[in-house]
Amino acid sequence: MATLELRGVRKTYGTGEVVKGVDLSIKDREFVVFVGPSGCGKSTLLRMIAGLEEISAGELLIDGVRANEIPPDERELAMVFQSYALYPHMTVAGNMGFALKMAGKPKAEIAAKVAQAARILQLEALLDRRPKMLSGGQRQRVAIGRAIVRNPKCFLFDEPLSNLDAALRVQMRTEIAKLHQELEATMVYVTHDQVEAMTMADRIVVLNGGRVEQVGAPLELYRNPASKFVAGFIGSPRMNMLEVAVAGHDGAAVRLTLPGGESLAVPARDALVKTGARVTLGLRPESLNLADDGALRGKVEVVEHLGAEMLVHVRTPQDDLLIIKAPDEARIHPNQTVGIGINPARSCLFGEDGLALILRVDALA
Amino acid sequence: MAGGTKVGGRREGRGWPLLSPAVIVLGIWSVVPLAMTLWYSTRYYNLLDPGRHFFVGLRNYDLLFSDPGSLTAIANSIILVASVLVISLIVGTALALLLNAEFPGRGAARLFAISPFFVMPPVAALIWKNLLLNPLNGLLGWMMGLFGLPVIPWFSTAPMVALIIIVSWEWIPFATLILLTALQSLDSSQIEAARMDGAGPLARLRYIILPHLGRPVAIVVMMETIFLLSIFAEILTTTSGGPGDATTTLTFLVYIRALLDFNVGGASAAGVLAIVLANIVGLFLMRSVARSLNR
Repeated sequence: MATLELRGVRKTYGTGEVVKGVDLSIKDREFVVFVGPSGCGKSTLLRMIAGLEEISAGELLIDGVRANEIPPDERELAMVFQSYALYPHMTVAGNMGFALKMAGKPKAEIAAKVAQAARILQLEALLDRRPKMLSGGQRQRVAIGRAIVRNPKCFLFDEPLSNLDAALRVQMRTEIAKLHQELEATMVYVTHDQVEAMTMADRIVVLNGGRVEQVGAPLELYRNPASKFVAGFIGSPRMNMLEVAVAGHDGAAVRLTLPGGESLAVPARDALVKTGARVTLGLRPESLNLADDGALRGKVEVVEHLGAEMLVHVRTPQDDLLIIKAPDEARIHPNQTVGIGINPARSCLFGEDGLALILRVDALA
Repeated sequence: MAGGTKVGGRREGRGWPLLSPAVIVLGIWSVVPLAMTLWYSTRYYNLLDPGRHFFVGLRNYDLLFSDPGSLTAIANSIILVASVLVISLIVGTALALLLNAEFPGRGAARLFAISPFFVMPPVAALIWKNLLLNPLNGLLGWMMGLFGLPVIPWFSTAPMVALIIIVSWEWIPFATLILLTALQSLDSSQIEAARMDGAGPLARLRYIILPHLGRPVAIVVMMETIFLLSIFAEILTTTSGGPGDATTTLTFLVYIRALLDFNVGGASAAGVLAIVLANIVGLFLMRSVARSLNR
């Protein structure tokens, strides 16, 4: 049960700044995911919260108390490492009870807490094994169990699923989400995988180059990205980006000239655009459809059949590559010329600085 | 099973021409000296008495075991090996921990810490004897004098201690090197996890680092024991086994018998005893190492 607050937190190594001023407040029992490409500072940020890295500037508050100078073991946080970091010469029970042993708790109490955590994670049969004898998923569960036993204020996860195979990752994802509901604990989770972020988070923090790009609920980020970076990072397959010109605008819509010369009206209230400006139109793959009388035309390069739906990669004469998500049907083949229809209702517009020009207040409706 | 043996037999038969040169060389290399040692150990054979050379059965062994000097030599060997092992492991672990930490000039410090290993044993022994431990012009004597401590003539009052100091100095770098590389392979997130679990520096050493070093320690023990049992140059250049037989180890006893007494038969018997002792120690060590490797 804890709140975390970051105030202008920075991290510098020598002359290089890795985290460039992060302000964030994490509510009690919230599941917050830090997501971003590698090198964006998300792990460093987590390690600063854990106390494994010093905070170069700014403040970290745990439950409203400044924690910059508190050593890691006294912050009452528990961390699950990417490499699991299990102690190889201790049994599963020894691993899970190590923190309590260090705290000088009586043996009976340690055994009881370990047994309780083992029950939650279905590790009861494995308590006498050593980590070497466990599978990757079991090791991951032991690492989580080691965190649970300590009954921490907040759980910190550092890319915990990246060493697991795809099927196991999906399973562990739901297990961690379930655990969050059962334990009613605050959790901070770092990943580079936007699918993990979308599926698990109450709120996602998108980091880029040491700065926070956007903070919001998964759907909010998906439908209303604040910048081109967030739009491109969240969502799979990626959002399609088209360079377009503004032909004019009124209070309700912006008229755009598409690369092929066709025009398109994008509904937008009070958009901050000038006629004649070059802007980027962002279209999710599901906002495009295959239509013979569509506004764009192009040649099919690749068709990916997913069963229920298919992803059609189309190259336009202007050399833009568009990915269209459509109901799966067999009639589309590579090298075929197709028309592309656009549903502009959920499209995004970005200015030359990469920031969003439209705020879709109806995004979550 | 029978089929397997057959296949194996055919393979052995086919590989034999290619394998034989190596096997024959190895055989000559190890079996012939061993056989000759066993042969001589049952003979009266003294180089000062060249005309007489005959079979005496186990008399050489009888003389060896009835001589109290033999037991002293065995005890000296064990004391030397055990002391140097303990010292080199403790100091080696401490040095490895120190050299694994980040500090300016770490590369140079590592090089200096390893360098005693490159000094030849007779040279090392002479440096210690004449420049460091010498009661009149030795560095250690001078330093002890500065603190008003009495000067110790090391090689006459505590010859075994002096020998242990010299040999330890030579072998600490080996232990340091092996343990340092082992420390570098320790996953740093284990240390971080232990830090978050509330383990202080001593608890991290006790519960994380030392268990991690179990395997390399076993390797150091095995390697050093093999080399320490045959320590010779250091004894010859400092004490020549004396005063009395205070620093005569089994290896040095063989040397005395063979090249000072010219008694080849007695030296061979002592050599066989050394082989038996080395094998007992070796068997015991192999078992414990194998156990720690299987963990």
